[in-house]
Amino acid sequence: MTDTGIGAPVRRKEDQRFITGQGRYVDDFNRPGQAYAYFLRSPHAHATIRSIDTGAALTMPGVLAVFTGDDLAADKIGGLICGWMIHSKDGSPMKAGPHPALAQGKVRYVGDHVAVVIAETLAQAKDAAEAIVVDYDVLPAVVDTAQAQKASVQVHDVSPDNTVFNWHLGNKDATEDAFARAKHVTTIDLVNNRLVPNAIEPRAAVGEYDPGTDSYTLYTTSQNPHVARLVLSAFIGVAPEHKLRVIAPDVGGGFGSKIFIYAEETVCVWAARKVKRPVKWTADRTEAFLSDAHGRDHVTHAEMATDENGKILGLRVHTIANLGAYLSTFSSSVPTYLYAPLLSGQYDIPAIYCEVDAVYTNTAPVDAYRGAGRPEATFVLERLVEKAARELGQDPAEFRRRNYIRQFPHETPVIMTYDTGDYEASLDKALELADYRNFPERKRESARRGKLRGIGFSSYIEACGIAPSQAVGSLGAGVGLWESAEVRVNPTGSVEVLTGSHSHGQGHETTFAQLVSDRLGIPIDQVSIVHGDTDKVQFGMGTYGSRSGAVGMSAIAKAIDKVIAKGKKVAAHVLEAAEGDIEFKDGKFGVAGTDRTLGFGEVALQAYIAHKFSGQDLEPGLKEGAFYDPTNFTFPAGVHICEVEIDPDTGVTRIERWTAVDDFGVIINPMIVEGQVHGGIAQGVGQALLEGAVYDDNGQLVTASFNDYCMPRAIDLPSFQVGMTVTPCTSNPLGIKGCGEAGAIAAPPAVINAITDALGHEDIAMPATPQAVWRAAQKARMPMAAE
Amino acid sequence: MTTVSLTVNGQSVTADVDPRTLLVQFLRENLRLTGTHVGCDTSQCGACIVHLNGQAVKSCTVLAVQADSSVVTTIEGLAQGGELHPMQAAFREHHGLQCGYCTPGMIMSAVDIVNRKGSDLDEQTIRAELEGNLCRCTGYHNIVKAVAAGARAMVQTPLQQAAE
Repeated sequence: MTDTGIGAPVRRKEDQRFITGQGRYVDDFNRPGQAYAYFLRSPHAHATIRSIDTGAALTMPGVLAVFTGDDLAADKIGGLICGWMIHSKDGSPMKAGPHPALAQGKVRYVGDHVAVVIAETLAQAKDAAEAIVVDYDVLPAVVDTAQAQKASVQVHDVSPDNTVFNWHLGNKDATEDAFARAKHVTTIDLVNNRLVPNAIEPRAAVGEYDPGTDSYTLYTTSQNPHVARLVLSAFIGVAPEHKLRVIAPDVGGGFGSKIFIYAEETVCVWAARKVKRPVKWTADRTEAFLSDAHGRDHVTHAEMATDENGKILGLRVHTIANLGAYLSTFSSSVPTYLYAPLLSGQYDIPAIYCEVDAVYTNTAPVDAYRGAGRPEATFVLERLVEKAARELGQDPAEFRRRNYIRQFPHETPVIMTYDTGDYEASLDKALELADYRNFPERKRESARRGKLRGIGFSSYIEACGIAPSQAVGSLGAGVGLWESAEVRVNPTGSVEVLTGSHSHGQGHETTFAQLVSDRLGIPIDQVSIVHGDTDKVQFGMGTYGSRSGAVGMSAIAKAIDKVIAKGKKVAAHVLEAAEGDIEFKDGKFGVAGTDRTLGFGEVALQAYIAHKFSGQDLEPGLKEGAFYDPTNFTFPAGVHICEVEIDPDTGVTRIERWTAVDDFGVIINPMIVEGQVHGGIAQGVGQALLEGAVYDDNGQLVTASFNDYCMPRAIDLPSFQVGMTVTPCTSNPLGIKGCGEAGAIAAPPAVINAITDALGHEDIAMPATPQAVWRAAQKARMPMAAE
Repeated sequence: MTTVSLTVNGQSVTADVDPRTLLVQFLRENLRLTGTHVGCDTSQCGACIVHLNGQAVKSCTVLAVQADSSVVTTIEGLAQGGELHPMQAAFREHHGLQCGYCTPGMIMSAVDIVNRKGSDLDEQTIRAELEGNLCRCTGYHNIVKAVAAGARAMVQTPLQQAAE
């Protein structure tokens, strides 16, 4: 390992601009002649639009245009799409209701897009929006996830009972048998609370049209600009793909919410041509709360069958998943193929059966949010495992150990094949770091002060690096999930890497450069990483699901291998040796068994001047591209242990210790990986203790600002103790598994298991706010009061 | 329109603005100082923190006209003579940022904490004092480390200079 190679905690190259205020986010772009868009949104959760009168608004100062759904329809602009087809148990396709970018005849959630005003200034656009008169016929709304299928309200005509699909996975008969043979059955009912992703940078878009070339440019806060371009051209029909450039520059966090193709960027790029001016839109925070795709929102009943020794025999899960008012871009995949296949966790469970009913409600669309399906699965499994251990009187760590998978590869009953792992190693290390042995003494010490101390485990697995294109295609994905890379070597030996991955906080400019530096033996400052521009990078699938390392960097590694192979041919000519005798080592091409070598830069120059070889025999230049299609998911796994102390008088839960031991396979930059773990845990703790998107019965989002939606702040969190174990992934050339979502997946059950351990009963839901914990603590006290 | 005159990062600035213009809009749109960010519009997230007459303020909640005749320092004005401010350097060294969006406000807030609380900051003090700044990426772990280290460096730097 060099000090900038694989495994080194290299300080980030991108930081210089961020710490000096020189980052370039979408809202920092101002195009000549730019106008501003403001969206008039529905104040009602469900209503028929009788009429929209834009007359007064059009006469307001600075107003250039007001558009409604009719204008989009007149230009044959298509609706927003859901790119993953799920079939119900009976084979019927999911019931996808229309999703126009601007409402046509009906609004289906508070924040739905009714009209857009384009004006000289944002203030003028806002003023004019107030002058639009919309005549609504307000309809009753359906909001509650569990009741959606029984409601008299119908969100979409295509689905009379608001069911999008009834889907299942696993082996029903084998699972029934397992439960019939069980010595003990543990049951649990859970709500996985709805969350708002809340990247601190709000979504934004600038659309621009160039009549000279009849082409469009869209600056957008996207995690996957090429996918945005593909959807905007092929499905929505805003512009032909070759006439649309999509730029996603510095993006201020995504967490899934910036994967999707939304109404606002669709309208901005379309309207730019209509008004012959660049059109800019930036969400304010309440718009973000109302219209960014939300996360989670599951209601689940689950059962676990165990034998007399505490060996898990079977798992049965029924989940109702709320997808909101419309199917967002990848929404259908989240409670299905990103959920049920994770239900085996780290355990050898012979039989699993999972049914999922996805439902429409009059709420914001729900789609992938950090972890996407995997946190929901882990919450079900790890809460069940903890509860089963308690019911059987077994130590929760030892109960887990007894059920761990030990042989790899391991095929689960829910379509996954784990390539490698060592779950006991993570558990042992976590128990040591958490000083589990002395927990009883700490609990007694807390009790002496009138406090309730608890400890909770989460032994999670996730599936990252999505995924073999043929496999996901067979499961309904509308796209392939490979990644592309191009390695351009300049004549001076410096290197540009064009990647289809997108960085919005992950530090790719550093980690990807570390790989290049390591493989080519050149200094890291000789490497630039280019991403986020469809005019520069040919195509790419973007960043989500912790895939940039496992898939994106594997593509770069593949392209580097091609560069080295070409370099050997060039070096063979220059060194007058046989190509088979050329070795590449430590940044030098040399003739085996001699001291004759050429530096990487010398070979690059020779490749471009092409004086030492015939251009007929060998093409000049040194530039190679690669597409890498993964051969399997990767399976990061680990153990998180949360230790809490509850004040039963106030209900305040303090996290006293957090221990995380994760196996991410090969690590490129431990500093960055640990940072990803920290951030993930914080979001998971947020879900467990603080966060919850709450709609009232009328479908009004009552948590639509940071005043009302409780984001984790520094004071809410402890410092984290992070350890690693390593079993290299066997399904990609770098051995990388992925680390971006682990914390958010592991954390919620660890917190709730700790709180329920402290309380001595299971009756607490997320978010476990001080009020909820106080009530639960009073319940725990009641038997004592009766004594 | 109303005329405002103020000093931003050492430069005198005079402009006619709509009276409802916020200080953050004035900085970002009139002066093109886009390092100061807007994250919530409601004084909750702190991405817009700048120093107004030496004190941290949320520039999304200050009118530009209120800053008339004032001295404003933004993230762009923190580094002096091509050298990073010690707090900026500490954020990089301790990986106190990921997407970078909250970072300018976080650094301006951190400098203000040191100005108010001194350089010997324990973890709980830092966590409590960061109550006005939200970060969604880092889980605050490395921000807390960066602020502690930056605070120490802020007092060491002039001492070292004096010794040289």
